[in-house]
Amino acid sequence: MSRSLVLAVILLLPFVGSLCAAMLPRNARNGAATLAGAFALATAVLAATLYGDVSDGGVVRAGLAWLPQWGLSLSLRLDGLAWVFTLLVSGVGTLVVFYARYYMSPADPVPRFFSFLLAFMGAMLGIVLSGNLIQLAVFWELTSFTSFMLIAYWYHRGEARRGAGMSLTVTAAGGLCLLAAVLLIGEIVGSYELDDLLAAGDTVRTHAWYPTLLVLLLIGAFTKSAQFPFHFWLPHAMAAPTPVSAYLHSATMVKAGVFLLARLWPVLSGTDLWFTLVCGAGLITLLLGAVAALFQRDIKGVLAYSTISHLGLVTLLLGMNSALALIAAVFHMMNHATFKASLFMAAGIVDHESGTRNLKRLGGLAAVMPITATLATVAAAAMAGVPLMNGFLSKEMFFAETIFASANPWLRFGLPSVATLAGVFSVAYSLRLVHRTFFGPMSQNLPREPHDPTRWMLAPSALLVAACLLVGIFPARTIGPFLDGAARAVLGSDMPGYSLAVWHGLTLPLIMSVVALIGGTLLYLLLYRRRDGALAPAPFSKPLDGKRSFDVSMVVLMRTADRLLNTFSTRRLQPQLALIVLAAVAVTTYTIWHQRALAHSIVSTPLNPTFALLWVVGGACAIGAAMQAKFHRLAALIMTGGAGLITCLTFAWFSAPDLALTQVSVEVVTTVLLVLGLRWLPKRLESEEPDRGTWSRARVRRMRDAVLAVIGGTGLAAIAYVIMTRPRTPGIAEYFLTNALPEGGGRNVVNVILVDFRGFDTLGEITVVGIVALAVYKLLRRFRPAPESMPLPRAQLADGDGFSPVPSGDSLPRGTMRVPAVLGRLLLPVAGVISVFFLLRGHNAPGGGFVGGLVLATGFIVQYMVSGTLWIESRMNIHPQYAIALGLLCAAGAGVAAWLLPGNFLTSLEWHAALPLLGEVHLSSTLLFDLGVYLLVVGGSTLILIALAHQSLRSYRRPVETSSTHVRPAAPGEGSQ
Amino acid sequence: MEMVVALAIGVLAASGIWLLLRPRTFQVIIGMSLLSYAVNLFIFSMGRLKVDSPPILDGATDLSRLADPVPQSLVLTAIVIGFATTALFLVVIIATRGMTGTDHVDGQERDS
Repeated sequence: MSRSLVLAVILLLPFVGSLCAAMLPRNARNGAATLAGAFALATAVLAATLYGDVSDGGVVRAGLAWLPQWGLSLSLRLDGLAWVFTLLVSGVGTLVVFYARYYMSPADPVPRFFSFLLAFMGAMLGIVLSGNLIQLAVFWELTSFTSFMLIAYWYHRGEARRGAGMSLTVTAAGGLCLLAAVLLIGEIVGSYELDDLLAAGDTVRTHAWYPTLLVLLLIGAFTKSAQFPFHFWLPHAMAAPTPVSAYLHSATMVKAGVFLLARLWPVLSGTDLWFTLVCGAGLITLLLGAVAALFQRDIKGVLAYSTISHLGLVTLLLGMNSALALIAAVFHMMNHATFKASLFMAAGIVDHESGTRNLKRLGGLAAVMPITATLATVAAAAMAGVPLMNGFLSKEMFFAETIFASANPWLRFGLPSVATLAGVFSVAYSLRLVHRTFFGPMSQNLPREPHDPTRWMLAPSALLVAACLLVGIFPARTIGPFLDGAARAVLGSDMPGYSLAVWHGLTLPLIMSVVALIGGTLLYLLLYRRRDGALAPAPFSKPLDGKRSFDVSMVVLMRTADRLLNTFSTRRLQPQLALIVLAAVAVTTYTIWHQRALAHSIVSTPLNPTFALLWVVGGACAIGAAMQAKFHRLAALIMTGGAGLITCLTFAWFSAPDLALTQVSVEVVTTVLLVLGLRWLPKRLESEEPDRGTWSRARVRRMRDAVLAVIGGTGLAAIAYVIMTRPRTPGIAEYFLTNALPEGGGRNVVNVILVDFRGFDTLGEITVVGIVALAVYKLLRRFRPAPESMPLPRAQLADGDGFSPVPSGDSLPRGTMRVPAVLGRLLLPVAGVISVFFLLRGHNAPGGGFVGGLVLATGFIVQYMVSGTLWIESRMNIHPQYAIALGLLCAAGAGVAAWLLPGNFLTSLEWHAALPLLGEVHLSSTLLFDLGVYLLVVGGSTLILIALAHQSLRSYRRPVETSSTHVRPAAPGEGSQ
Repeated sequence: MEMVVALAIGVLAASGIWLLLRPRTFQVIIGMSLLSYAVNLFIFSMGRLKVDSPPILDGATDLSRLADPVPQSLVLTAIVIGFATTALFLVVIIATRGMTGTDHVDGQERDS
């Protein structure tokens, strides 16, 4: 496999695995875990194979141009830094999957869990591997969403839902700020590619937008990495299952923010603003987290605040504008991932085995869980920065950096003191965590009898602890080359010299470490003695807790939105429609107002009195329908049909035979449809008019609507008149007229446009018809008619009910419809022949698939009307769904056929041949396309009408629950059965 | 002739808009039908009115004399889609009526 392909596969694998896991059954515990583990491991192994290509400062790239003209492309980029993070994400991911297999309860639907976990892993890899900033922002938001799913995995718990909601709100909002920053960067650099950006550092730093974009980007990074003042979401996210915390809140998601800062470090750092903002936030977070961690009751709470504190340390290092500090930051990110993940796993084990994570209840567990206690103690020692652990090394580098950070006397002494103080607290909370859980008096009355878990559950944690020790003892031989590669990827050729060694001699940083260790131990002893390690709330936790302000701002936001909605919107349809009409009138008036004067030459056709008379009738029909639609629905429907027929004649009159044909067949089908629907509407009688007060208010409304209607109508008429009487300027019509025969092979230009030139549009339109038909079918299946429209209509009662099963011997339905039934049955074959005739001639003469399809559909409907649903369905198999599917297949097939030859989708293919007997035959793929249209229109219209026809049948056969009191009135015709 | 067609469009549109603003679902569906006639005629008329010259190539007629096929093909699909929309609307009306017991467009009678 080529390098680029491997890179693409690395990114794709987790998403593929996520999809596979999602399809497993709910109880596939081992299956889902094995699958997820295999995918995660494969990702890690693949990533490891690429080490050779990036170890010497090389970069592996893969890309797919999507919208290159807008700078949007899928672009992957793997360098030393990205490689380290890829391995961290996939490696810790594998271990977490392994751990989760034993942690999750058999009652949990684990496939969902592993599916989300893999999706998250993919999103995280997407951030790490992105070579395009927009793409990075997209994956950034994707991690927010997938982590929301993971935190809310136990969604029956209120705290899980709240924590997930809070983390999503904070991190996704930060992601939007990041996107804004990315867009600004793109404007400045002129490209969204990371490579271009890394080469344009000076341009960005000196640009006037630099402060704005820096602030926006930092909001993005700080929300993700839980930096002050956005740190408050992380402790609430601890409601997630512990494997999620071990993964998201130690090794991956919270690292995304600091990763981004390291990634863009060469571009953005080096300014005073960067130093102030990044160092400031880092310093506050470092102290705040360390102090708060000391006062938590929950083991996971301690770990959450300690994570906040350690991320603050990393941020502080990144803000120092020094190459050595950057190396220390990257080193500490790796170290923190290993010891914090293993500590979270230990916390999960304690919770799993003892039933509680409350430090007040726990104690002395070392006696019953010796292995867990050993692992946790070593990991906590790494967290505290005890020598021979990896945490010690990076912390010492941190101490060293604080000493030389600045010449400013305040910072020169202040920074090292604060760093040492944070170290003191860090030692104290690590000590407290281990001591209160595993040592001291044995805890009583635990929910479960604690003991060491199965070896396999300990293995992931043990591996991580082993890594802590190995790195801590032999740093140069283990982590050295990787750290070097990662730092080189950021710093390029300006790598400073540094040494990874346990012993540097008696230096100031070492003294600071010792002070921190001794001070931390003393601090813990002091607290433990004085207040029995009292678990008071942390000092200044109240004013610095962002949760309250978060809640308040959410409530304010919701209330404001509600108020705005109440003020500016309505759920009532009539004002909305009136506004739409008004807006249309206003926009048109405005446009016309600014229109240049039209040419004055007036074209007109001589008036034909017959045509004028036709429209006198048509206009009367329209106005009549408008007046009668409330109380005399059938009359209104008939008059609408009248207006439609005159419209149809107008099409025929003015040289549009295709339109006339389509309009007349649609008119028939629509009218049948509305007649079928009439039955389900409530009775409305003129005598039910409301009282006088309501009536006068209604009068005002009617006046207003009448004015609006008259304005709309007059305006449309005026525009139509003005345009019609001006000569036509040449447009695209000439092209179609000239090319229809040579290129489309048809004489009927309208049809050629539909099935050939604009075939793709038509394909879309018939798809819509198919979708509507299926939607109608499905909607009506769910629906039960109102109880009062249940009784059979009078006419059908007199008929002896047209619905009860007809003995198969009967050749004709009963009742008064016998003669129409004979005629209607004769009509079907005729309709079939006519429809095929229209279909075949459509390319060269008026006709086509639309008209043909509607004619055949009408034929079917007539059968239903004259013979009754049951009678006809016991004798004919009508499956309109098949016609819809076949029609779409035909039309799409005609399009795909063009691919057989090197042609674009829907290019028409033609075939001429002289056959014996038949003479010259001309076949074109457009005929197949038109056949598709035909079949789809037949299927769609028939399905809609049949669904409505079945409605009365269903309601009759299966009365709704509410109509149990309904007794079908005895019908005179029934006796005869 | 142009005047007659323009007036026809006007009357159809005015009736349609009036019905569109009424409170009963059946009025609205009839209004949609009338309005779609008006709009179809309007679009069709943008190709100007020509008698006896359908856009069908017979090889003899001068191309510039033929009616404009573009608005015709636009309107043709509009008619079919209009049918589909009407059907969907009708079903929604029936379902609303079944669920709310009223044929008011808001699913409930006005309080006033």
